[in-house]
Amino acid sequence: MNLFYPIQLFANWIAFGIFKLAPKSLAGESVSFFIYDVAKIFILLAVIIFIVSIIRSYLPPEKIRHILARKNRFVGNILASLLGIITPFCSCSAIPLFLGFVQAGVPLGTTFSFLVASPMINEVALVLLLGLFGWKIALLYIFSGLIISVLSGIVIAKLKVESLVEPFVYQSLANGSVELPKMTKKERLTYAKDYTLDILKKVWRYILVGIGIGAWIHGYIPTDFLVKYAGSGKWYGVPLAVLIGIPLYSNAAGVIPLVSALTEKGVSMGTTLAFMMSITALSLPEFMILKKVMKTKLILIFAGIVGSGIILTGYIFNLLLG
Amino acid sequence: MKIQVLGSGCPTCKKLFEITKQAAKELNIPEEVEYITDIQQILDMGLMSSPVLAVNGKPALVGFIPKVEEIKKAIQKNIS
Repeated sequence: MNLFYPIQLFANWIAFGIFKLAPKSLAGESVSFFIYDVAKIFILLAVIIFIVSIIRSYLPPEKIRHILARKNRFVGNILASLLGIITPFCSCSAIPLFLGFVQAGVPLGTTFSFLVASPMINEVALVLLLGLFGWKIALLYIFSGLIISVLSGIVIAKLKVESLVEPFVYQSLANGSVELPKMTKKERLTYAKDYTLDILKKVWRYILVGIGIGAWIHGYIPTDFLVKYAGSGKWYGVPLAVLIGIPLYSNAAGVIPLVSALTEKGVSMGTTLAFMMSITALSLPEFMILKKVMKTKLILIFAGIVGSGIILTGYIFNLLLG
Repeated sequence: MKIQVLGSGCPTCKKLFEITKQAAKELNIPEEVEYITDIQQILDMGLMSSPVLAVNGKPALVGFIPKVEEIKKAIQKNIS
């Protein structure tokens, strides 16, 4: 049985019972669709962010660095990508993370794997994918995200770009062993609860607007409307999606519901996945901030490698999923 | 008694600074709360998350904004 069936009943009850909209009518279907998606997404967000926050309270970046500093390159890249999943990322944390890793002797390639995975595979994007596209697409997104971050790190390590990091970065050596303030179980729960509420407060508007427009598209725009513009047969769909995604970073929460509705109307799955990866992994504000610690050339190399990885992934899924 | 808030200068860090000032006032701590935006100082403490609340040079709260009450507790715990 569908786990979300009770929510569907609830949505129908509001749309058809309270608002007295006719079932099977456009308005009725759109309203029921909207309420169902909103309720499902918020429940998923609350549960998943809470769980991830608890895990995270046991694995702060300082501990992750300790783990990564002792690993050889290949294992390090994989671990860095995995650990990047649970680490929240905002452009203001990019610099301390980068400096902390590099100064403690974490190889540059491993550091970049982390810098790719951390924003790309974030819990809000995952919940939206899970809620709106289903678990298969969500898993596909995680796996291809992991592969892109592992490979990007390996390629960057091979390029020997240490000279493109600002020299001051290497001038201090971070003190690797620090005693972090201990947290009690209760403090962890409070932290997880506060963090969850914080994220919900930040994204709820975008999600409502995104799902709202999505519900409208769902009801009022004919299926296959976009096939001729963005179907899998169009070669330019994927790179165009990646380009559009770069400046949209802060609004991932609102864009994903929108994209989910567009996918129904004929945008191919590979193009959709590439678009979402570009929104989360390639962010203009992050690039601007990274300029403090590395030369523009390295940022371009970094963006180029990750961008190509995303475009390739988009094409592969367009081929496989049609 | 030295209370410092260290951060990258982002809005989150400023908020911690404001709450910490309030906590220090409520605890009747006469010294000014210091606000440091030099990231290297966070790294030199061995940390990578911002913001940081440090009492007498030791990290007391790292990486998130707690409520005033929790800040007060953290300060008191680290004085003794």
